[in-house]
Amino acid sequence: MLLARTTAALLAASVLGTALAAPASAAQPKSVAVTAIVEHPALDAVRDGVKRALAAAGYRDEKLAWQYQSAQGNTGTAAQIARKFVGDRPDAIVAIATPSAQAVVAATRDLPVVYSAVTDPVAAQLVPGWEPSGTNVTGVSDMLALDKQVELIRQVVPQAKRVGMVYNPGEANSVVVVRQMQEILAKAGMSLVEAAAPRTIDVGSAARSLIGKVDVIYTNTDNNVVSAYEALVKVGNDARIPLVASDTDSVRRGAIAALGVDYGDLGEQTGRIVVRILKGEKPGAIASETSSRLRLFVNPGAAARQGVTLSDELLKSAAETVK
Amino acid sequence: MSLYTLLGALEIGLVFALVALGVLVSFRILRFPDLTVDGSFPLGGAVAATLISLGADPFAATAAAAAAGALAGLATGWLNVKLRIMDLLASILMMIALYSINLRIMGRPNVPLIAEPTVFTVLQPDAVADYVMRPLILAAVVLAAKLALDWFLSTEAGLAMRATGSNPRMARSQGVHTGRMVLAGMALSNALVGLAGALFAQTQGGADISMGVGTIVIGLAAVIVGESILPARRLFLATLAAILGAVVYRFFVALALNSEFVGLQAQDLNLVTAVLVVVALVLPMLRRRLPRRGGR
Repeated sequence: MLLARTTAALLAASVLGTALAAPASAAQPKSVAVTAIVEHPALDAVRDGVKRALAAAGYRDEKLAWQYQSAQGNTGTAAQIARKFVGDRPDAIVAIATPSAQAVVAATRDLPVVYSAVTDPVAAQLVPGWEPSGTNVTGVSDMLALDKQVELIRQVVPQAKRVGMVYNPGEANSVVVVRQMQEILAKAGMSLVEAAAPRTIDVGSAARSLIGKVDVIYTNTDNNVVSAYEALVKVGNDARIPLVASDTDSVRRGAIAALGVDYGDLGEQTGRIVVRILKGEKPGAIASETSSRLRLFVNPGAAARQGVTLSDELLKSAAETVK
Repeated sequence: MSLYTLLGALEIGLVFALVALGVLVSFRILRFPDLTVDGSFPLGGAVAATLISLGADPFAATAAAAAAGALAGLATGWLNVKLRIMDLLASILMMIALYSINLRIMGRPNVPLIAEPTVFTVLQPDAVADYVMRPLILAAVVLAAKLALDWFLSTEAGLAMRATGSNPRMARSQGVHTGRMVLAGMALSNALVGLAGALFAQTQGGADISMGVGTIVIGLAAVIVGESILPARRLFLATLAAILGAVVYRFFVALALNSEFVGLQAQDLNLVTAVLVVVALVLPMLRRRLPRRGGR
């Protein structure tokens, strides 16, 4: 059993290596372990935001033992990362996106867990409600107040009655948004037309299926749609269907407007909760939060291509105007 | 590496040991390249999580998940045997179809089980920590599955199934109904995978539509790593090797997660895992070569 022996030797080496790598400073640094389900611009922005907030509160360099692991899209690996973090016993665990957050929360009932970029933490059973949970879990949701989104749709296309949505039916966050959107639009006397894009390459054909059936296409932060937003822009420009997004970066890529969460800000907000926990607050006493800051991006050029004119009022209230 | 990390790797390795046993039946015994696994693993999770969240008994829900897996395997076998669709394509079609079926079953992409009873919380005694108890329960399940599989494959039906895989023409000439054997074998294989999916969802806080991605790759890697650690022609050892392979694979992932001290980073994880598996496959070959050189 040479392999078994080699494996044992490797394991021993890793234990020894970890011990040697541990800093020998007298002041005990605070340890924060961060995991995300996959590498993704928005999720990476959250991670970097957390680090910025920690640094701003003085947790940096030798005062912070920072650890980051990505599950690279695999839920089995996410589960193992959760177990490893619980074994390392950091002062706080930050779990980014739903599958990673569920794996961590399932793995520990005592270590402080701060979730981030989870749209509906209550439906995901991370916390029993939005108020302080009384458990070891708190965090920041990226849920958008959808009435504000509908308001934006009406500002861009005042006569809109039928709103199209392209989304991945396999993404929990998107399904939550679609269901809420149906209710809110019905109350406003409008209707929702859905088009499913289970894969990135389906986004273009899903958008084409909406031609003639909708007055405007709205999209949430669906990973598939955001990845293939250009396909949507092509349909919007060719068929002159106005595009309203909720990922602000999509405005640079050809949407008319987006009122969205800045994921860097969301990360900093998450980081400030982590700081409160590092300073001794109990996670169970901290209420779950939603993004405190939304930014409006507009693109008048895209508006012209998609057949609408933006009001001066909307242009003035924009945080950023894409030329 | 902490005890918790090791036990976590063992726990997930044991779950995937059931997948490895399933893959052993399809790929090695039936010689059926079956990718249904990527759909039947989340299918098991979806059925179990949905039933439990509706208030069903966790044990009944887990059994239903295995039955659902068997149905999925049966469907793949049927596409191949009755409709004469090429085996690989039949399994790919089933894998694609299961994505939509799983979404239908769950009604949404993610069904959490964090606040629900599971087979693990029901069996949890107060005296033992849960992170110790879960691998113990799983070890018992895997052992039972292994012994049952060993027994079945030594019965007359099991021998007919093995003959179907190794030489279908000879098997047919001996009066074996090979079509039925393929159907039964695929059902058996995917029932094991569905069971694994159900147990995985219950240890990990819920079922997610994305949980099937790459299952077949891990299952195959486990079977092959197992064969390299424990090369054996006897069935009793072959099933043991598949289990060992699955657990060793997870220890390699744990090792890769703990490799930051050599300057590796989070994004290197999959690469490190792949390199460790290559090392595992090559070491036995080197061992065979070394003594010969020493003798010269």
